[in-house]
Amino acid sequence: MVFEKIREIIAEQTGKDESEITLETNVKEDLDADSLDLFQIINDIEDEFDVSVEDPEAIVTVKDAVDFVESHKN
Amino acid sequence: MTTRIIATGASVPEQIITNDDIAKVVETSDEWITQRTGIKQRHISAGENTSHFAIETAKKLIERANVNPEDIELIIVASVTPDYGTPSLGCMVQKAIGASKAVAFDITAACSGFMFALSVADKYIQTGVYSNAIVIGAETLSKIVDWSDRTTCVLFGDGAGGAYVEKSEKEGIIKEEIGSKGEIYEILTQGYTPCANAFNDNESGVDPLWYVNMNGREVFKFATKSVVKSIDRVMENAGVTQEDIKYIVPHQANIRIVDVISNKLKIPKEKFYMNMDRFGNTSSASVPMALNELNEKGLIERGDKIILTGFGGGMTWGTMLITW
Repeated sequence: MVFEKIREIIAEQTGKDESEITLETNVKEDLDADSLDLFQIINDIEDEFDVSVEDPEAIVTVKDAVDFVESHKN
Repeated sequence: MTTRIIATGASVPEQIITNDDIAKVVETSDEWITQRTGIKQRHISAGENTSHFAIETAKKLIERANVNPEDIELIIVASVTPDYGTPSLGCMVQKAIGASKAVAFDITAACSGFMFALSVADKYIQTGVYSNAIVIGAETLSKIVDWSDRTTCVLFGDGAGGAYVEKSEKEGIIKEEIGSKGEIYEILTQGYTPCANAFNDNESGVDPLWYVNMNGREVFKFATKSVVKSIDRVMENAGVTQEDIKYIVPHQANIRIVDVISNKLKIPKEKFYMNMDRFGNTSSASVPMALNELNEKGLIERGDKIILTGFGGGMTWGTMLITW
């Protein structure tokens, strides 16, 4: 559930197909995303799950984002 | 009765600094700057101060509106880079154009400055205190940018833009809002001067916080969220939809911020008028400079509905729906 939503957010921001995005995907390297894309992905994740990401640099792969949300959401 | 924009004007330094020129000063590249900001070049002062560009803009406004300077009642200049602490840029403009009967002052709201200044002028006109005003946003950001900091020095440019407005029976400013979120002011600062005096040990001189300092991610987040909500509210309060809007003239900070705003509002990017590729971020001057360009190019006609929106340090934002 969390993964599906995050995948949708990442696909929308990067313009990639959802099928290209797995838990192991490195957002910057595999999806040609730059730091501003990552900002926006994190902003959307924060809004969607009502969490606050203090250290965006710690989020590198899709799994990092999913793990963060699962351990921080209420 | 409304406040209506009668004329627009702008003035920029002649000197153009390209991304390649900046790459000679700090380690960066045209590709990096273009991809992350949409900026290709900016106009940088060869020494003229902010008042020069404000005055040139005011002269154009008077000529284009075909008004007598003696009849100007109000002059408001928005700037974070005035020549002096005092006098205000407003008073310097007053002297230069001979608007001897006007009251003149400056306001500070960073990149939202022109929106705040126009909002204030609108209130004076709506309440019947004054019947016309010159409103200008003017900056020489090049003097307060740390030219060794590649994360900020690539972003900014110098220039001024403005509008002559007057009381009108025709449609003008329809709806507007300005807003502040002081609780997060630390994410974008400039111009800090330490309190050093003969009776304390503080060091005088230029503090590192004199230069533009910003937390890019937080500013990006604030900008995208505040502008989306603000445009939404103004359109809703005015009972208009995006189909009614001919152009949105946003603060020209960064093309990527505009991309996000366009996506979130589901308003096509073509409706956002952008010229940051040629002028960079000129803070309070950016919205009136872009509006002036739209006007000079003949892209808007009387009766068109336009949204002006600014966002920046403070943190502040301001959005206005006008009938051109």
